[in-house]
Amino acid sequence: MGLLDKEFTDRNIVITKTEDLLNWARLSSLWQLTFGLACCAIEMMATSASHYDFDRFGVIPRPSPRQADVIIVSGTVTLKMASRVKRLYEQMPDPKYVISMGSCSNSGGPYWNYGYHVLKGVDRVIPVDVYVPGCPPRPEALLEGLLKLQEKIRHEKLAKQTA
Amino acid sequence: MGLKTEEIVLNMGPQHPSTHGVLRLIVELDGELVVDVKPIIGYLHRCFEKHCEFLTYPQIVPYTDRMDYLASMYNNFGYVLAVEKLAGIQVPERVEYIRVIMGELQRIASHLIALGTYGLDIGAFTPFLYLFRDREKILDLFEMTCGARLLYNYMWVGGVSHDIPDEFVPATKKFIKEFRPTIKELNELLTYNKIFVERTANVGILPAETAINYGVTGPSLRGSGVKWDVRKDDPYSIYDRFDFDIPVGEGKMGTVGDSWDRYYVRVLEIEQSLRIIEQAIDKIPPGDVHEAVPKRVKVPKGSVYARVENPKGELGYFIISEGKNNPARVKVRPPSFVNLSVLGELSRGHLVADLIAILGSLDIVLGEIDR
Amino acid sequence: MKTPSEIFEILKNEFGEEVILGYHDELPVDLYIEVHPLSIHKVAKFLRDNEELKFDVLMLLSGVDDANGKKSKDENGYDVIEGGTLSVYYHLDSMQLKHKVVLRVATPRENPEVESVEKIWRAADWHEREAYDMFGIKFLNHHDLRRILMPDDWGERYPLRKDYHDPEYYNGMKVPY
Repeated sequence: MGLLDKEFTDRNIVITKTEDLLNWARLSSLWQLTFGLACCAIEMMATSASHYDFDRFGVIPRPSPRQADVIIVSGTVTLKMASRVKRLYEQMPDPKYVISMGSCSNSGGPYWNYGYHVLKGVDRVIPVDVYVPGCPPRPEALLEGLLKLQEKIRHEKLAKQTA
Repeated sequence: MGLKTEEIVLNMGPQHPSTHGVLRLIVELDGELVVDVKPIIGYLHRCFEKHCEFLTYPQIVPYTDRMDYLASMYNNFGYVLAVEKLAGIQVPERVEYIRVIMGELQRIASHLIALGTYGLDIGAFTPFLYLFRDREKILDLFEMTCGARLLYNYMWVGGVSHDIPDEFVPATKKFIKEFRPTIKELNELLTYNKIFVERTANVGILPAETAINYGVTGPSLRGSGVKWDVRKDDPYSIYDRFDFDIPVGEGKMGTVGDSWDRYYVRVLEIEQSLRIIEQAIDKIPPGDVHEAVPKRVKVPKGSVYARVENPKGELGYFIISEGKNNPARVKVRPPSFVNLSVLGELSRGHLVADLIAILGSLDIVLGEIDR
Repeated sequence: MKTPSEIFEILKNEFGEEVILGYHDELPVDLYIEVHPLSIHKVAKFLRDNEELKFDVLMLLSGVDDANGKKSKDENGYDVIEGGTLSVYYHLDSMQLKHKVVLRVATPRENPEVESVEKIWRAADWHEREAYDMFGIKFLNHHDLRRILMPDDWGERYPLRKDYHDPEYYNGMKVPY
């Protein structure tokens, strides 16, 4: 597709596919739900502070799930909290994406063996698009996870796949 | 004929932008006035105490990091002090100095987040960004020493994990010199700001008797005028060699023990921590940091309770050992658990917006409350 | 400032042998005074109000599973402990006189009941709820004894007991790894 915004320098008529246009619009302004649970939330806050800025990718924190596109599950999900995560995910409007940040929400983390109250991976309740490993992952790792999500959105198809 | 009114029950759910984590508050309101607040916790209960019964003593240190994740060095410090007291291990002088310097740097970093997010709750966005920028400088110092930014696993039983590199001492001195103007900037932006003072003075007044009975410790207790600090009143490590003051709340902008006092005590404590670091950084003796680290930690039968002054209050570890490789019981006394129980008492008769100001001034971390 | 043995003498003179059951100093580091579980309330009130003692701060209240009963295995292979005691440790501190003391009460495992001290030190409120949640120790005269950390429908299982095992499913979610 090329970079759509570069084509406006010489001409002012651009021809592209609807799919590419919609995908480009969706990936450039992913608004995230502020959902920090534990230690990974501090690294997420540090990513959105001025040293490793999140805002230059178009990501703004929104407090309400009805206005958010992506939910970054950062921190340990416990059994008591799991039903609330599911409810928040169902409240988000389509199209919605999930990034699982840190090893606790990937697969239970350091508490996998004896944790009687820890859900071993948030993918037991909601479907996950991108997994970011680390305990906690560095801000650069979270930015890489976001870029991978953008890659995934870039290749989405509008028409239903047959056969 | 009067108007019939009813109380409304409002749920500030586990996911909320200003509850500092996964805390649920059930608030009974009469119009806009708060009648009662019941906190419900347990949404981050990660079974730390059960893990301790199956792991050996050195293996527990990374798990203590993750309890109060904003002050991980101090969590490690409390735990290794308790184990060393029970096992009778004496650490070399160099290790003591390094532990004190790391602990005080961690105290500054933790207070910076507390002040920044408190401003964010009240509505001020700029101090949050400025203080995070300065916290990154402290995290650079930690990363230079042990490689991690947030959860370090730095203090081991009998020593520390990495010795400080040669660039550490000049870098710390440069940081102290560049940091003092930031406190002045913070005071001009936030502390004496008219809107901030109106929102926090005379809000959530905690009398000293109630605070002692509820077991409140740390800056929340010192904001009510009680001069009690574990570093001075029950000294541990080498804190009795340094000269520093204990700031207490004096009711400068309102009554003694209101939210502004608790906030201001934290600002003054940052200055005192800088004094301790300046005194300690020049006197680090040479030595080997790994010489007292035992190959296998042998702990006799018995029990011990050791406490340290966490940035949020008094952190205590109660360890019972049966003489084996694993402890029989480890119980943690988290300062935020005890500080949060006083919230219902403080917020009766205030408005809903004041409830957020009171909760922010108590400075809680949910990882520590739920363990 | 008083040493623990002096405090033990004062308590024994005041309350007698049925209430103050003993003084244990055979283990290193922390010495504790053993008290009868159903009279801890009056002992605590005396400790707080007496002029020579003045223990105004409760630092920590923790439940402990002593695991000193008979261990066996039931039909599924899980551990079962019968008999023995569960105990509660109280760590007290005085801000004005700068001394500390440790108390311990022990109750039978099948029906653990201890008197509550929450009217004396309000800090004991949440600590006792946690001891009930994790061990099942019932505190008499507590105004609101319910679970604090685990979900309310967790049932009769008390996680920190030594003979606890995980359920397979909870509300449709698989619990083990």
